[in-house]
Amino acid sequence: MWWTRRRSIELLTRDLEAAIGADRVAGGASALHLYSRDGSIIRGGRAGVVCLPGSTEQVAACVRVARAHGRAFVPRGAGTGLSGGAVPCDDPVVISTTRMDRILEVDVDRRIAWVEPGVVNLDLTRHLVGTGLHFAPDPSSQQACTIGGNVANNSGGPHCLLYGVTSVHVAAVEVVLPDGEVAVLGEEEGDAVGYDLRGAFVGGEGTLGIATRIAVRLTPDPPEVRTLLLDFTTIEEAAETVSAVIAAGIVPAALELMDQQVVRAVEPFAKAGYPLDAAAVLIVELDGLPAGVSREVEAVAAVARDGGARTVRIAADEGERARIWKGRKGAFGAIANIKPSYYLHDTVIPRTRLAEVVTGVNAIAERHGLIVMNVFHAGDGNLHPLLVFDHREPGVMERVLAAGEEIVRLSVEVGGVLSGEHGIGLEKRRFMPLLFSEEDLAAQRVLRDAFDPDGVANPHKVLPSGSSCGDVQGLPEIPEGVWV
Amino acid sequence: MSGLADFRDEVGRSGPVCVRGGGTRWELGGPPAGGTREVRAPTGVVAFDPAEMTVVVGAGTPLADLAEALAEHRQEVALEGPSGATVGGVLAVGRSSLRRPRIGAVRDALLQADCVGADGALFTAGGPTVKNVTGYDLCRLLVGSLGTLALIGQVILRTWPSPERVLWMQGSATPEAVRNMCFRPSSVLWDGQRVSVCLEGYDGDVEAEAAALGSHLGLEVVAAAPALPPHRSRWTGRLPEGSLLEVGTGVVHGLVEVEAGMPGPGVVTLAARIRTGFDPDGRLNPGRDPYRIAA
Repeated sequence: MWWTRRRSIELLTRDLEAAIGADRVAGGASALHLYSRDGSIIRGGRAGVVCLPGSTEQVAACVRVARAHGRAFVPRGAGTGLSGGAVPCDDPVVISTTRMDRILEVDVDRRIAWVEPGVVNLDLTRHLVGTGLHFAPDPSSQQACTIGGNVANNSGGPHCLLYGVTSVHVAAVEVVLPDGEVAVLGEEEGDAVGYDLRGAFVGGEGTLGIATRIAVRLTPDPPEVRTLLLDFTTIEEAAETVSAVIAAGIVPAALELMDQQVVRAVEPFAKAGYPLDAAAVLIVELDGLPAGVSREVEAVAAVARDGGARTVRIAADEGERARIWKGRKGAFGAIANIKPSYYLHDTVIPRTRLAEVVTGVNAIAERHGLIVMNVFHAGDGNLHPLLVFDHREPGVMERVLAAGEEIVRLSVEVGGVLSGEHGIGLEKRRFMPLLFSEEDLAAQRVLRDAFDPDGVANPHKVLPSGSSCGDVQGLPEIPEGVWV
Repeated sequence: MSGLADFRDEVGRSGPVCVRGGGTRWELGGPPAGGTREVRAPTGVVAFDPAEMTVVVGAGTPLADLAEALAEHRQEVALEGPSGATVGGVLAVGRSSLRRPRIGAVRDALLQADCVGADGALFTAGGPTVKNVTGYDLCRLLVGSLGTLALIGQVILRTWPSPERVLWMQGSATPEAVRNMCFRPSSVLWDGQRVSVCLEGYDGDVEAEAAALGSHLGLEVVAAAPALPPHRSRWTGRLPEGSLLEVGTGVVHGLVEVEAGMPGPGVVTLAARIRTGFDPDGRLNPGRDPYRIAA
């Protein structure tokens, strides 16, 4: 009954306010609406109440109160996630870490920084300017996403090709476990004794607990950085060149592909001088010490010319380099000029099969009468096909979702995986059996249950389950409603 | 022993069982309890695609055989162990190479593992691609677990191009001075007075850094890495006589055996739940405990 629901949320809210202060608890309609969604296309989530704790103790208090009321909790960072990992199902307590945004300590000698989970990714790197160090994971959302969110999703970014994804850069993490206890997983340096619980926790999408303090490893700034822009008359040649660069034994710092549609969308604001008639461009960044970088620049240029590149442009200065990256990093914002809505995918395929899969993805979109734009981390085979559309067009949703599913299936068929950096969340739960057998999923379930025996931490996410969020409270398994 | 199915059948569904690799670090974390049946994991490089920079290999394969196969294409993996060690053994122990600051940790090298669980069924952890966040990261949990959660039969590892040049230098300087003068040295060791550093990469870069370390800090080229004392422990802020610290990884190589430090109470409970969850009857490597390895 609606009044018992309202009454139980009132009691819950009262206890949360008593535990962490009324100014840290939000239950108004606009707050609940705001926190009912994240950066994904999924709509229909429903938060019971929202907490904005300011300390580890307050996070633990929120978890304990939630449990005492028989409620689940959903951890949340900036809400930029793209797979619905922060979408609340069934009136849970949403625990936002955005007010825990202090950089606690930077140890330049030991190359470690302790941060609170709500620190914005780019703010840490900005804070480090002048130290000769930076935080390597650089997701495209880095101006908004939090490091706590990066930990939850094991986030990537262009420069993870050489430097590795978030897990490589998280040394230790203090967590509030789903039973409300606090534990530190990992060590500032090297490995903790025993099981790598830190490694298991990173990428847990908030289902294993909430990170409340994070020790991140800091990476020395490379002494030399060269950025190349290569352009091709076919997307296949560009993709083949990616494989050829890796095959030549070169692992660039970043290796990104943008197709013609993306280039045309971003050039007006990036003013990078991208060739508008190219079918695709590659951005190749090489970094390290000067002698090696020079040799790699020459080697990549030779591979590119052999692979059919029309021009090999090397950024002459920092300004030109910044403009080339501006286009890449601002690509998703520029899409709005083409169609009002987009659905961004995130599969990974063997990088030797890029050309055939990109061709396949384009054919899938064409078959469904959709525009697809490709802008992705080509070097590690991480595809990001963007299906752009106008959600007001009748019947378009069905085509978008059908095309999306075919892209996922194609990726798995060639030996790929469901997600490279966005995670599974609610969005891809139903595809998990494409990649994993029942036994595989049972093993994953064992890990989750060990952290969260009572199933209170971000339930319904990651693993497919009989009682889906959709079944429980009418959240459509097929996303619909208002589209971004 | 041929394939995974045979491995699964040999592990079976009941009775205490362990996988024997090279047996080079059999006592670490305690030897398996008496009466534990020993099985062997599949051997051989199943597939190596140099252009993909991944390799599929049986866990029973000697590390040296894998290294040889990769070296043909000037590639390597971040796995290192004593002579005779196997791929599966190095993963089970989880100790990283001295060159970890450059080549990465063992736990970052394992992309996919085909395992036999305590119930005798095969399952796969992780995925074949170099980047993957599909589901939980069981691979990192398996590395260093001493086979107490599952028995690894076959794996996919990430490979890297081998450096053109590897050079060790030594001298009287502080580790900080050395680290500030080099870009990502692959190893920095400190005995309290003398520093050893490993430079690797392209010829020209290694020579330039070596020249700088020589002229500014007085370091000299040496033939190889310094000999490591036999026991490992975690850095506690004090370097005992005759010890070597791996700067940046917190590992101390010392002359005296040190007991493992106790993790916090929350961690102990969680670790116990994980072990029991994967192996309710305690049949996988009974007697072995990763929490007894000091570092």
